[in-house]
Amino acid sequence: MKKFVLLFLLGIMAAAACGPLPTLTGAPVTLVPRVTPTQSPAPSNNLTVLAASSLTESFTALGRAFEAAHPGVTVDLSFGGSQTLLTQLLNFAPADIFASADTRTMQALIDAGHTSSGKLTIFARNQLALVVPAANPAGIASLQDLANPGVKLVIAGSSVPVGNYTLKLLDNINNDASFSSDTVKKIVQNVVSYEDNVKAVLAKVLLGEADAGIVYATDITPETRDSLKVITIPAGLNVTADYPIAVIARSPNQDLAKSFVDFVLSADGQAILAGYGFLPPE
Amino acid sequence: MSVPRSRSPLRAGWAWQLLTLPMLLFILIPLTALFTRAAPREIIATLNQTQVRQAVGLSLVTSLISAAVTLALGTPLAYFLSRPGRRLYRLVDTIVDLPTVLPPSVAGVALLLAFGRQGLIGRFLGVQIPFTTLAVIIAQTFVAAPLYIKAAAVGFSAIDPELQQAAALDGASPWQVFRHISAPLAWMGLVSGLVMTWARALGEFGATILFAGNFPGRTQTMPLAIYIGFEVDLNEAVTLSLILVVFSFIVLILLKSFLQRGIQVPERKISTPSDLR
Repeated sequence: MKKFVLLFLLGIMAAAACGPLPTLTGAPVTLVPRVTPTQSPAPSNNLTVLAASSLTESFTALGRAFEAAHPGVTVDLSFGGSQTLLTQLLNFAPADIFASADTRTMQALIDAGHTSSGKLTIFARNQLALVVPAANPAGIASLQDLANPGVKLVIAGSSVPVGNYTLKLLDNINNDASFSSDTVKKIVQNVVSYEDNVKAVLAKVLLGEADAGIVYATDITPETRDSLKVITIPAGLNVTADYPIAVIARSPNQDLAKSFVDFVLSADGQAILAGYGFLPPE
Repeated sequence: MSVPRSRSPLRAGWAWQLLTLPMLLFILIPLTALFTRAAPREIIATLNQTQVRQAVGLSLVTSLISAAVTLALGTPLAYFLSRPGRRLYRLVDTIVDLPTVLPPSVAGVALLLAFGRQGLIGRFLGVQIPFTTLAVIIAQTFVAAPLYIKAAAVGFSAIDPELQQAAALDGASPWQVFRHISAPLAWMGLVSGLVMTWARALGEFGATILFAGNFPGRTQTMPLAIYIGFEVDLNEAVTLSLILVVFSFIVLILLKSFLQRGIQVPERKISTPSDLR
């Protein structure tokens, strides 16, 4: 009995000492894309879709519709920040399809050779929206009012696509002659928090902690509409977000994945996206 | 189990020591991996970034204030909890446990609903707490204070009540009993509890990002900078992680040797009473 225990322990020791140690210490968090030829697993009737957080509601609906049109097929969806999903894909997370909230993230995946087509396919567009709590405590009626002293503005940080779009919007204001030259400076001084995702920005506005927040137009849903007031951003200043989609090169289900992308681009798929506030691609 | 105790104590000890290795390695390997990622030159370059230095400074200041607030406001509660016979003891004890067992995100939402601008208490305050450094301290104190309170209560409860009663009989006021009898005798529990609270405050993430938001220099503590940095600048995340690991290791090991001495000194006194020269 004792010998058995000892052998067992030695086995664990050997496994611990030889197995995981070198790989774990030798290759810490890998963010550098490496493409190695891997043997494709057998095709299945399961599609794994990684999609940006802002696609949560719309892609859930698209997945269900695709399943209904293809009996026996199941669509597994995983949502997260585009940047986080990119990191996972570059580290060979198993997936068939990727849909991101900006072209920069998708381009990084294409450049690393992880997509089947190697092309940017835009399936939808989104715009920014300026939202304030329904009570509008800071009395905000226009973009200009964001520069008023004491306004508490919450935006997303530049680590996520929506944060970059927000910076682009500020850039557009800066280049617009109808705003005074220090408007953007004053707006930036009013920022009290750079949240790490768009839903956190929305939550701070819904709770009334922020006087104003900049989110996606698609974040204004039937559930949130009553607690918010939407301030129009002039079309000439607003920033348009392009949403690309791609089949992952190592996916064993190339044909099925391709037909999901075709479905998203089809009239039926576009109608579902429009129902959630997305604009069609140009 | 039926083996007589005297037969092979050494071999049993050896096997037992082997059994400690898997868990020890499990803890050690990820921490070691942090060190393999960062080159010293990169660490120094990252340390010179304003945002990194702001995060380190903010973390140190807020966690120390949180520990001080906990000491001032938590000690009376710990004193109360040191006597299990008291009325409502179990209820108070359980309430104090709650912040430790709940996820910090629950704490963040709860703090927003209490101290937010439209919160239970916040709506009467006239000033907005969220998005300020004060919010960071509140979040840290809420999550970390129970560690001190529980440790200090254990420290107080180890005191022989007769000592306190004797002092009271000799005319000492309750404050004098606390100041000259209870606190000196329970100091080890107080110090170790306070350090655990400070360390927990230093690592606080979930409640802070929800309640205080993320603003460099104002509410972005080291854990927040690590989380944001993971997506933008991995070097920054790794450097800050390393600082936290090394710093926590040094503080904990110093505390342990300090407490060790605290235990040994009275023992020596007791075991060699004739040693007084």
